[in-house]
Amino acid sequence: MSAEFPVVFESETFDNRRRPPHEFAPIAQMIRRDIIKSLVLAGSGHSGGPLGSADIFAVLYFGGYMRYNPQQWWSPRDRFVLSAGHMCPVLYATLANTGAFPKEELRTLRKFNSRLQGHPGRDMGLPGIETSTGSLGQGISIAVGMAMADKLLDNNGYRVFTLTGDGELQEGSVWEAAMAAANFKLDNFCWIIDNNDCQIDGRVHDVMSIYPLEDKCRAFGFDVITVNGHDYTELCAAFDHFIANSEKGLGKPTAIIARTLMGKGVSFMEDRYEWHGKPPTWEQARIALRELGEDIPDPVAV
Amino acid sequence: MSTSFPLRGSKPTRQGFGEGLVVLGERYDNVVVLGGDITGSVMTSLFKEQFPDRFFSIGVAEQNATTIAAGLALSGKIPFFASYGAFCALRNADQLRISVCYNEVNVKIGGGHAGISVGPDGATHQVLEEIAYLRTLPHMTLLVPCDYLETKKATIAMGEMVGPAYIRFGRAAVPFFTTDDMPFEIGKAQVFRDGNDVALIACGAMVWESLIAAEHLAKRGIEARVINVSTIKPFDVKTIVEAARQCGAIVTAEEHQVHAGLGGAVAEVVGKNFPVPIEFVGVKDSFGGSGEPEELMEKFGLTWKEIYASALVAMERRDRGFIGIRTVKDVPHYEPALLEADGQVNR
Repeated sequence: MSAEFPVVFESETFDNRRRPPHEFAPIAQMIRRDIIKSLVLAGSGHSGGPLGSADIFAVLYFGGYMRYNPQQWWSPRDRFVLSAGHMCPVLYATLANTGAFPKEELRTLRKFNSRLQGHPGRDMGLPGIETSTGSLGQGISIAVGMAMADKLLDNNGYRVFTLTGDGELQEGSVWEAAMAAANFKLDNFCWIIDNNDCQIDGRVHDVMSIYPLEDKCRAFGFDVITVNGHDYTELCAAFDHFIANSEKGLGKPTAIIARTLMGKGVSFMEDRYEWHGKPPTWEQARIALRELGEDIPDPVAV
Repeated sequence: MSTSFPLRGSKPTRQGFGEGLVVLGERYDNVVVLGGDITGSVMTSLFKEQFPDRFFSIGVAEQNATTIAAGLALSGKIPFFASYGAFCALRNADQLRISVCYNEVNVKIGGGHAGISVGPDGATHQVLEEIAYLRTLPHMTLLVPCDYLETKKATIAMGEMVGPAYIRFGRAAVPFFTTDDMPFEIGKAQVFRDGNDVALIACGAMVWESLIAAEHLAKRGIEARVINVSTIKPFDVKTIVEAARQCGAIVTAEEHQVHAGLGGAVAEVVGKNFPVPIEFVGVKDSFGGSGEPEELMEKFGLTWKEIYASALVAMERRDRGFIGIRTVKDVPHYEPALLEADGQVNR
């Protein structure tokens, strides 16, 4: 018996404005549902990191922190670089929820000729994909280059956000980028670390420890804020702090260490590194969507 | 030995790169240069002195410099990053593949200290493999100019084209013989000497050696065509296939491994379009070593003599078939005395 069910993408999108913290929960849950739907349709891809970082994306893109125009994405804007390219299902779901492209396109994740490549490909021209990423450790350097272009040359006042995983920090070039961000005093640069302590092979601290993380970032010259990555009040405060740093010209980049749970929002995925790199089955997707607030009927017995 | 080109002196190609950058800096406000701590050696220091506000020192961090360049390019800049080819073509190979070429951004890389003519620094710093890698990268443009002036022209041209590009140049002073009025066009190989008996296809400093070899061959009544392949990618298929058709025998010469570099590129297009015998002059599957440039070029068989001997072999294989002809000693009219007199040794 096939457990497949018709997947419906809700057409609702969200605007980008300052919000009270409680308004982010429905947005994050929508993003999570879209992640589950696109992954179950794709039949491959990464579930854990995207679900775990959905709250961060909800606040960043819908809390007035990133400045962009979803109708004309390439007009003057702040930049976001997903250095952990494998986490793209959350970025695609987020961008679709801004209205940058039709949500129906989430059906094409990882499919032939899709703009939603398995790892972000700039060549596909999807609005909001600033650069190709997927080889870990590179996106953060690209983001540093973008921040340098504005801070040191153009002075248009745009800000650059990048999100790395925590396993990604094992790539040495990440620290070259961190060194450069501080060296050039890039206070328009915000490095978000999705710290769920999970990677494919196990716990990050078992595979190769990156800790103490806060001390490392501080020693590399960052203004460091550690937050619960699922607490909207703390996330808003962290981004407010970064924006204040950039507006007053602190002369330092900001690092936000967001403690998260891999697979957050889906009980059987939460904090389980086994969910780093696989999609849900149809049956698991049904359960996940129910937990995320969408009632999917039981399969019809044949 | 004189060639069809009067020798104008001796200058390192890196100087052409450094001067070309200054020209670009004057022409375009958005040209920026990233330093990798060896700015004097690769002569980005000239740009740094002229345009200090557009020069950024990234330190000894080639992976980061390459990806920062991608970020700058995505923000409308034309970033050049230069280091030794060992580090800015291979140390950062993945960054070039993903952040530069897959991203298809306007990043320009200057790879200095190419080949064994680096000299005393030894094998670690003598890159002999990067042509092979770079020419497999989609969207990449790969330039290997032959002397100081062509390097300057090529540097300016790569700054004025859109897309990822890499230019290869060396440390040592090498013959300087091209002239201001010679056009430089990316993607166009140039015939530097006419002839229909054998084609000597070369890049970089081996172009001059090929011109010398051609004059020695002329003394034996052999008219060699000398082709300067200053763009390895995109490859000038037409000029190379025409040479195969009209000469019927080819020698390639490069300061690089004989595998998968210029010789490999020539073999691919000739094999597909008009198969003829090809002899390959280059480093034969070994690393370099310390020594003076001339000593090393002699040791590794990167002089006109090797090209000369290889031309005889290629022609013999063309005229008698491939079987049994492996070195110049298999050539029936091989005349040791004459060859010795010409300086032919070491084959």
